[in-house]
Amino acid sequence: MTPELSSSTPEATLKRAVPDSLSCAHCGLPVPDAVVGSAAERHFCCSACELAHELIHGAGLGAYYERRDALPTRSGAARDTGGSYREYDDPSFRARHVTHAGADARLELFLAGIHCTACVWLVERLPRVVPGVRSASLDLGRSALDVTFDEARVLPSAIARALAVLGYPPHPSLVTQREGERRAERALLVRLGVAGALAGNVMLMALALYSGAAEDAPYAALLRGASLLLTAPAVFFCGSVFLRGAGAALRTRTPHMDLPISIGILAGFAQSAHHTLFGRGEIYFDTLAVLIFLLLVGRWLQQRHHRAAQGALDLIAALAPATARLVDGEGRRDVPAQAAPVGALVEVRVDERLPIDGIVVAGRSSIDSAWLTGESLPEEVKPGDRVYAGTTNRGQTLLLRVEGAGTATRLARLLESVESAQTRRAPIVRLADRVAGVFVIVVLALAAGTLVAWSFIEPTRALDHAVALLVVTCPCALGMATPLAVSAALKRAARAGIFFKGGEFLEALARPGTLAFDKTGTLTEGRLALVSFEGDPGVKALVSAAENGSGHPIARALVAAFGPAPNLRAESVREEPGRGLVARVAGHEIRVGSRAHVEGSSAASTLPWREALAAAAELGRPAVAVAVDGAVRAVAAFSDPVRSDAPASLESLRRRGYAIALLSGDQPRVVDAVAAELGPMVEARGGLLPEEKQAWVERARRDGPVVMVGDGVNDAAAMAAADVAIAVHGGAEASLGAADVFTTVPGVGKVLEAVVGARRTLAVIRRGIWFSLAYNAIGVVLCMAGRISPLLAALLMPLSSLTVVTSALRARTFDPPPREDA
Amino acid sequence: MTVLFVVLPLAVVLSISAALAFAWATRRGQFDDLETPAVRLLCDDINERPRSLDPHPPRSPS
Repeated sequence: MTPELSSSTPEATLKRAVPDSLSCAHCGLPVPDAVVGSAAERHFCCSACELAHELIHGAGLGAYYERRDALPTRSGAARDTGGSYREYDDPSFRARHVTHAGADARLELFLAGIHCTACVWLVERLPRVVPGVRSASLDLGRSALDVTFDEARVLPSAIARALAVLGYPPHPSLVTQREGERRAERALLVRLGVAGALAGNVMLMALALYSGAAEDAPYAALLRGASLLLTAPAVFFCGSVFLRGAGAALRTRTPHMDLPISIGILAGFAQSAHHTLFGRGEIYFDTLAVLIFLLLVGRWLQQRHHRAAQGALDLIAALAPATARLVDGEGRRDVPAQAAPVGALVEVRVDERLPIDGIVVAGRSSIDSAWLTGESLPEEVKPGDRVYAGTTNRGQTLLLRVEGAGTATRLARLLESVESAQTRRAPIVRLADRVAGVFVIVVLALAAGTLVAWSFIEPTRALDHAVALLVVTCPCALGMATPLAVSAALKRAARAGIFFKGGEFLEALARPGTLAFDKTGTLTEGRLALVSFEGDPGVKALVSAAENGSGHPIARALVAAFGPAPNLRAESVREEPGRGLVARVAGHEIRVGSRAHVEGSSAASTLPWREALAAAAELGRPAVAVAVDGAVRAVAAFSDPVRSDAPASLESLRRRGYAIALLSGDQPRVVDAVAAELGPMVEARGGLLPEEKQAWVERARRDGPVVMVGDGVNDAAAMAAADVAIAVHGGAEASLGAADVFTTVPGVGKVLEAVVGARRTLAVIRRGIWFSLAYNAIGVVLCMAGRISPLLAALLMPLSSLTVVTSALRARTFDPPPREDA
Repeated sequence: MTVLFVVLPLAVVLSISAALAFAWATRRGQFDDLETPAVRLLCDDINERPRSLDPHPPRSPS
């Protein structure tokens, strides 16, 4: 059984069209020929899928297969990791992740592979699958499952194992750390609701006053008094958000939108309260209450989007390898990765990520460190070699001696440098806040001017007109323009598969500057593909049959290029790490591998195959020779192909005024070849260390904004140093941690979409700000002319807000995909 | 119009109760996730006999 073969090839998604009889009954991926049973009613691509299918049917939940409207994605296919999740029962784990409510214990788990509505249905039936679980409730937006269970009846590890078998490998969340944020969001929502209720009632009373229905003094006094009573909590409870913000802005002497808002609210409230108590003069309670309500709506939307992005990052952080399989005298047991003692032995199986830094003690394998170093080819390792946490074991099971764990790993040190670089980055002052700074000064000057001018014309009305100006210019539309446009844009972006960690990156991304790209996995596919094949085409089927069971990238590339060979079966397949593969197919001995590997048998050939291998090596391309029964019959060369959308997308970005640079850790000649395909660049450099990339970005920032696009941990430091960091899909978890923007769809096309969308959003924000300033200008003129009334103010303010809201929500920022003329 | 002296406080009391109910629901977390409940509704329950199956029973008590 070869789960890694069927569930992790990128081609798998393209092969979905194969007939049902050959696709896995659980995950829908094609079933490898080797495991197709002729008599079976259902076929499975791997034992894990079979187990998941059996489990789902056994619990009477077979309806899952009818409900689902999407097949699991590549990472979502059931992949029983075989983990025992024993560490979930550890007291230290429980202390960190399990909370108690009465007799029940609560645990929040992030689930990988949640992909459709049927997943919600299936996962929430967990109490049927695992006795002792009381309830399971999934938050689809965050992929987080809240499990309540009886600790006396079920262990956390049993819950985790069941979820892993169903195809949703769980990762513990630190829900307690986010509890404060959640409470803050709820508190804001309560304020919003209360403000809405108060505003509605105050508006009704204002309507009675405006319509003149309450002409008689006692009724008017009643309505005005009640308005005061209801507006007071709106200002001091609901509006405290703005008052506190204004206080902070004053203390730190930084302009902030809260400052003009608070001045308007407080001046209007103080004067209206004074007028109410003395029973004469105008009141603005309705305008103030509605103002606070609308501003809170904007604030709440902003916060909600911020949390959504934060949740996605938590999920990614939880995916890092957390456990190590320790081997000692008592056998194997799982321990938290950071608790693995130096000198202990740790086992790492095929396709598992290394939890620690260590030295290979036993086993020969290939290590895929594209994640860490950007090197596109797996590295062969043998006993005595050093390997690093975060890389993936691709060959066979390895036994490692721990050299460093937890914070002592190379990965942890790299992440630390990311964090320190992030704190050094200057905060981006938001456009609206910059406007607010000028706004406060202008409005206060205008109010003072009105006061002075009217004290000559009509001294008793001077203060009224000045306060009316402050109320009318209270920047409701201005305060909502940015949050609404940003949150609407972020929502549209998320639907298009682009996630922004914060609205300020929209602004930074819209400015033209340098776009620095990583190569592997960003501009290229991040996997090997056959680029040339010289020799006898008749050997293709034999090679495909021989390589079918191997997980080596070259083997996968060969099988993908030649297609499966259903009639041929390989026997006595033997892989020699770092050299090649030997097998018997249809009575022939097939050798595929390096020069040394093939020469070991015989070198007889009519082909200039040694020269062909050398020529490929000259281009930085891995190549293999194919020998059949001791005679070399063909030579195949491979490379990591450039993504099909990359050249056009880069050209489009160049036309928008961005300079393109290519920074890679791969060999310089490979980088040169890729750069040649992609058109003019300001710089294309290979062989860079992570530290050198970071230095390059820091140098480039002196000339203008730098956007770093990458997907590997080796980019993380450079990403943190850049003005905006974009992580493209398929990238490492840690780079997503350092990224400001990340995409769920691979390719450079999304980078282009993000840039275009950011520019459109900024245009919408500017439009909103101009709209609201125009309305304010009208209000100012009316106030200074002494022609404003509370009714006019009550009409003008929501009208301006409505214009801005409509313009922000209807703007097509991120959809449809950018056209060339956009 | 004297009815205003009764109706107005009544309206205020009603609004306050609505605001309190909203605050209660919010603090209980009913507005934390606005996406999943909509999906959950689509999946009506099917009552079949439950059965448990732990594919990897713990080999020894820990």
